[in-house]
Amino acid sequence: MSEIKAKESLDLRGVLCPMNFVKTKLKLESMEPGEVLEILLDSGEPIQNVPKSIKDEGHKIVEVNREDDYFRLKIEKC
Amino acid sequence: MDRFIEDKVTKVSVNLEGEEKKLDFNDLKTGGFIKQRQKDLFTVRLRCPGGRITTDKLIEISKIAHKYSKESVVHLSFRQSLEILYVDYKDFSAIVEELSKIGVKVASCGPRVRVPTACGGCEYNPNGLVDTQKMAKMVDEKYFGTPTHHKFKTSFSGCPIDCARTNEMDLGFQGVVDPEWEEPTCTGCTICAEACKEDAIESHPDTGKPIYYRDKCIFCGDCIRACPTGAWRAKRYGHLVRIGGKHGRHPVNGKEVAIFLPDEKVPEVIEKTIEWYLANGIRGERIATTIKRVGIESYFRFMEPVFGEYSLADKEKV
Repeated sequence: MSEIKAKESLDLRGVLCPMNFVKTKLKLESMEPGEVLEILLDSGEPIQNVPKSIKDEGHKIVEVNREDDYFRLKIEKC
Repeated sequence: MDRFIEDKVTKVSVNLEGEEKKLDFNDLKTGGFIKQRQKDLFTVRLRCPGGRITTDKLIEISKIAHKYSKESVVHLSFRQSLEILYVDYKDFSAIVEELSKIGVKVASCGPRVRVPTACGGCEYNPNGLVDTQKMAKMVDEKYFGTPTHHKFKTSFSGCPIDCARTNEMDLGFQGVVDPEWEEPTCTGCTICAEACKEDAIESHPDTGKPIYYRDKCIFCGDCIRACPTGAWRAKRYGHLVRIGGKHGRHPVNGKEVAIFLPDEKVPEVIEKTIEWYLANGIRGERIATTIKRVGIESYFRFMEPVFGEYSLADKEKV
C-alpha cells in the first residue's frame, strides 16, 4: 500500500508533545530537501498537533496511514 | 469603620499644567488616576492597548515609575495596562508631562469606552485567525474615552480559545474561520477527524473522508491547519461578535450576535452598538442590563443594517 520510500524513520509512539515535534524537526534538519521521513505518531494530542506544526514549517505530508491506535506519516523535507 | 481610608478629603488645590486648580478626586478617576488607601497617593494607569508596549517605551516608563512611585512598584492590571502605584497627587502634572514626552498616555476609568484588550492574535500565535493587535490599536485610537452610561469594555481574541475573554466584555470580538472542504484533493487520511476537538468531523468508515457536522463546529480552523493536502481550506475569516457580557459581582455571559464579521465592519458595529446603548440604556447601567430590560430583539433590529448577512438574529445562518 505504501508507495513512497522513506529514507529515515522515527518511532514517536509514547513521546509527548512537543518533544515528538522537536525530534521530527531535528531529524528533518539532518536530511536533504526532497528526502522522506517516516514517523509513527500516537492518536490523540500528537496527531492533533504535530501535522499542523510540520505544515507550519513548510514541509509536506505526502502519505498518512492509520494503523491500530497510531498513525504512520511520511514527510517530504522542504 | 473606614479604618483604611486615611484621607477623606475629596477636593484639593493642585498645580496642574502651570495653573492652580481645584481638583476633585472623583473627577480624577476619569483620567486614570485612582485613589489609593494611603493619604495623597494614587495609582496612575497607563494606556496600553492590547497589552503591548515597545521595549524603548518600557525602559522609559520604568525610569518614570522609579522616579514617582513612592514604593518603587508597578502593577500589571487585569486589563493589560501598566499601573504606577503610590504616586503623590502633587506630582501629577510632572508625571503626565514626562509620560507624554515618550508618547505614553494615561488611561481611564468611569463610564466610557475603555482601552481594548487583546491576545497576540495571528501576528505570531499559530492559533490566531485575526489580527487582534491591529484591531485593539484601531479601537483605542478611534473610540477610547467615548462617554457611555457605564463602563464599556471591548476585547479581541484571535481564536475560539478566547484568551481575551470576549464572553465577559460589553462588546467582544473573537476570531473565527469558516472551513470549506474539496473532495478531489482529499486522500481520506482521517487526520482532520483526529485534529477536530469538537467531534464536528467524523471519518467515513470506508473512504476515510470527512463527514462534517456544522452544528458542532466552533470555527477554530484546526482541520484546515492539520490537513496535509489542503482539501480543507479557509473560505473566510472574521469575528464572532459577543454583546452584553460582564464579570464583577454578578457575571453575565455575552450573547453571540454576529459571525464571520470582517475587520472593516468592526468600527461600524462599535459605533452603532454605542448608539443603541445610549438611546436605550440608563445612566449607571451596563449594556448587559439594558439588553435584559429592553430585550435583545431591539438590539438585533437596530443592528440589522450593520450586521446584515453576518447577523445571528436567525441562528440558521451559521
